[in-house]
Amino acid sequence: MRRIPWGLLILVAAFCVPALGSRFYTFLANDVVIWALFATSLNLLVGYTGLVSFGHAAYFGIGAYTTGILMKKLGLSFLVAFPAAGLVAGLFAVFFGFFCVRLTRIYFAMLTLAFAQIVWAICFKWNEVTGGEQGMPEIPYPSFDWVEKASGWLPFLGGYRTSDYFYFLCIILVAVALWVLRRIVGSPFGRMLTTIRENPERAEFIGVNVRRYELAAFVLAGAFAGLAGGLFGIFNRGVFPDFAYWTKSSEVLIMTLLGGMGTFVGPSVGAVVLILLNQQIVSYTQYWPLVLGSILVLLLFVFPGGLAGAVQDLWRWTQRRRARA
Amino acid sequence: MPDPSFVFAQSLSGLTAAMFLFLIASGLSLIFGVLRVLNFAHGTFYMLGAYCAYQIVQWLGQEGGMFWVAALGAACAIALLGGIVERFLFRFLYGKEELYQLLFTYSLVLILGDVAKIIWGTQQKSVGRPPGLTGSFSLFGATIPHYNLFILLLGPAIALGFWFVLQRTRMGRFIRAAALDRETLGALGVNVSALYTGVFVLASFLGGLGGALITPMRAVVPGMDTDVIVDAFVVVVIGGLGSFWGTFLGALIYGQVLSFGILFFPRFSIFAIFALMATVLVIRPWGLLGKPLK
Repeated sequence: MRRIPWGLLILVAAFCVPALGSRFYTFLANDVVIWALFATSLNLLVGYTGLVSFGHAAYFGIGAYTTGILMKKLGLSFLVAFPAAGLVAGLFAVFFGFFCVRLTRIYFAMLTLAFAQIVWAICFKWNEVTGGEQGMPEIPYPSFDWVEKASGWLPFLGGYRTSDYFYFLCIILVAVALWVLRRIVGSPFGRMLTTIRENPERAEFIGVNVRRYELAAFVLAGAFAGLAGGLFGIFNRGVFPDFAYWTKSSEVLIMTLLGGMGTFVGPSVGAVVLILLNQQIVSYTQYWPLVLGSILVLLLFVFPGGLAGAVQDLWRWTQRRRARA
Repeated sequence: MPDPSFVFAQSLSGLTAAMFLFLIASGLSLIFGVLRVLNFAHGTFYMLGAYCAYQIVQWLGQEGGMFWVAALGAACAIALLGGIVERFLFRFLYGKEELYQLLFTYSLVLILGDVAKIIWGTQQKSVGRPPGLTGSFSLFGATIPHYNLFILLLGPAIALGFWFVLQRTRMGRFIRAAALDRETLGALGVNVSALYTGVFVLASFLGGLGGALITPMRAVVPGMDTDVIVDAFVVVVIGGLGSFWGTFLGALIYGQVLSFGILFFPRFSIFAIFALMATVLVIRPWGLLGKPLK
């Protein structure tokens, strides 16, 4: 039996959203897509390498500010600003990670938090460059004139809003990024990260330079978070210091945990569920944190593997039942 | 060069801030030292302590010693809350990974923060200074409110009392032993799980007391929990996680860096504090006075 290409199907479905749904659903889908990339990048660190980062929002924020500054203040094209977000976030991750991977467990978490707070403090106070407390509103959309021109001789392209075009762009970029991350996780390098998570001493013993591998994972995770941040700044029509505040880091951790850290798709599932749930609940009550906290408690005590983990367990259970029958 | 009396006033205000931070961070450090868990919810206990004190003052008024009744009552209420949380929820996460413990305490931040909003709304609340401590006096040209002086004396007194409990009493000896080796202590016939609850209750009491005592100086607002917990983390990291005098030292350093940072380079004082935290973690991850973990 051939495997069903789920990834491709979801991609096609995502392309149909603006045509079928309202503007609001496109907005939600765009939010989900960007957060899925952010959460998956964190999973590379937390789920695959076993490093609990409490400051992942720093790279998201750095990416968002990089794109924002390049596009708004310097008027550069998206083609330059988007890769720059990943690059700059990655460079910061090299510098911060160099110190972080020297520490273990709780100290690692604290140092990532400290660096993230430094980034936040700079964004919050450096008015000339980052806009300080007020942030940087009105980041321009990338130019889509060429699509309008191309729509003359290509079918299905014309007649969308700029925000829809940006959504299409996000889907394509995130799909590529997720595909690259998937390849990384499945590569010998990715398998080695899992080995390090399972048993760092043993990995060291067989001659692996654990710190270097951890640093590589840290930089990759930071760079992809930066790309997600770059997209989010444009999507959000503005970049604000909260992007790097520590509560943002815990939000993305919750998302990753909710979907399930043990699987590649888990964090994306977490992004879908959490954002849709948020949208449903805030229409009833302003006490979303209360609901989120309760979900988290339930998750920690009842489904520690997250949603994807629970589905996987259920699947294995039915398989076993069938095998026995 | 700024005026010396201004420098003196600034340093005193830093000291006062340090005393509050010490009250909060000592509980955090105690929980980490014994239970090996970083309790994000500790800042929330501080905020709830402030709200409880406000509520009790609303009921009883400010006359006579009622402010002190309110402060102690609030601290006891938070201690009780801490005990309940430990007994019925936290207990089941001891064997689990750190991430689960951290996220559980974070879920408490979310839940209790919203519960406080439901009960007390989002308007800021304030409590007047207790009668008898409303005045101020002048020293070396700096004006010092009596209440600040009281806090400056109370902080070291609590530190000494706490130190005495840890060093000289049976309970304190058990706590120190539990921090070193939980299994052996249990094998020697000490009820370790009750001890853990006790530690949590004591730490929550200190957090709640810190919150209650700050009400005459600062307005009580939602969001004070997530701000203060990061400050408390900085303090315990600088001093050394789980180290008692380290926490005291960390609080003093924090207070001075903050108040002089504001004086000399106002925009980058928060930056300086986190940079200090990162530097300490890079050079001595176990803090200035802490000991490396095995």
